[in-house]
Amino acid sequence: MSPILTLFRIIGAFVIFVIGETGRMGIFLAEVVFLIPFPPYLFGRVIKQINFIGVKTTLVILLTGTFTGMVLALQIYFTLSEFGAESRLGPIVALALIKELGPVICALMVTGRAGSALAAEIGIMRITEQIDALDTMALNPYKYLIIPNLIAGIISLPLLNFIFVFVGVWGGYAVGVGLMGLSSGTYFGSIRDFVDSADILEGLYKSLSFGILITWISCYKGYFTGYGAEGVSKSTTQAVVMSSVTILIWDYFLTSILVA
Amino acid sequence: MKKFGVESIVGIFIIAGLLCLAYISIYLGKINLFGTGNNTYQVKAVFSSVTGLKEDTDIKIAGVSVGKVTNITLNNYEAVVTMKIRNDIKLQDDCIASINTMGLLGDAYVEISPGGSDVTIQPGGMIRETEPPLDLKKLIGNFAFGKVE
Repeated sequence: MSPILTLFRIIGAFVIFVIGETGRMGIFLAEVVFLIPFPPYLFGRVIKQINFIGVKTTLVILLTGTFTGMVLALQIYFTLSEFGAESRLGPIVALALIKELGPVICALMVTGRAGSALAAEIGIMRITEQIDALDTMALNPYKYLIIPNLIAGIISLPLLNFIFVFVGVWGGYAVGVGLMGLSSGTYFGSIRDFVDSADILEGLYKSLSFGILITWISCYKGYFTGYGAEGVSKSTTQAVVMSSVTILIWDYFLTSILVA
Repeated sequence: MKKFGVESIVGIFIIAGLLCLAYISIYLGKINLFGTGNNTYQVKAVFSSVTGLKEDTDIKIAGVSVGKVTNITLNNYEAVVTMKIRNDIKLQDDCIASINTMGLLGDAYVEISPGGSDVTIQPGGMIRETEPPLDLKKLIGNFAFGKVE
């Protein structure tokens, strides 16, 4: 076959694959969401998954949050001091954390820590035929595996986001007030002047949608994994890469919707 | 003794997260959960221009916040600003309301200079003496084109 035809064949196969994959992921999410209202309700599983996705990421969030706030304050302080506008340090740090960095960095941390593990866990259950075993015992695998993760993601991500913003603002306080000698009243007073409930809601919507995105992609990649150890490793990688990229792309579009 | 189970840890996590939300929204985001009650009264003032003034900005006397702008409307080609003033602040009927900016480029706010009269403005009343904001561009223009005596 001529090389030109081969090129078209590769492009065509890729496009068909992307469209098919999008469709399969959409059907997967639709089936899962459809099953949520019906019993059995596995609250124990949800709590276990909140513990896994949320609680065990808290330490990472505390560390990254504190240092993000600190480095933000450090960088911005020197820029602002050239204009004599140091008093605006608080609002810049707080708004950056509330609207952008909190939701996005939390989501990336959860992807790295929990998303990869979810994909690997479900993938190994698939290749060792444990999911088929669940089916044989008339336990719906969606009910038992996917839905608890989805709900745990929706609950955990906003909570992690709020913890991140809280420690981030205090990290910025430590640098701005403790190190640079800004007055404490200026820092918090100007934050109060500039932060609105709309900003906080924007962060909340973002982290809620990231919670769905991460668990959705990770569970999908694990649930429809390939064959053997190689298949699982491949789908784990894909889950992390795809979640991270989707988070940043989705963040842009959500911001443009919410800001308009 | 019962073991410190997963439920308790998850409970602590959820409470910690919600406390952070409460801190962010109440302390930083000034969301008023409890309401200010009915401890304000309304006065109006007519300005020839309110350039830069927005709703919900502060009203200050001697730099201290005493209320908020609740509404800005146009009436007879003049701007009517409705303000909520704290009940414990009495305004004399010859006080002057002016629009200032914080710093050279900061946000606009309403500054009230107290008067000397014994008569105070009743709730729903008007501040008669007003000053429009200082137009910096016009000022620089006047200076540059030699209109200053």
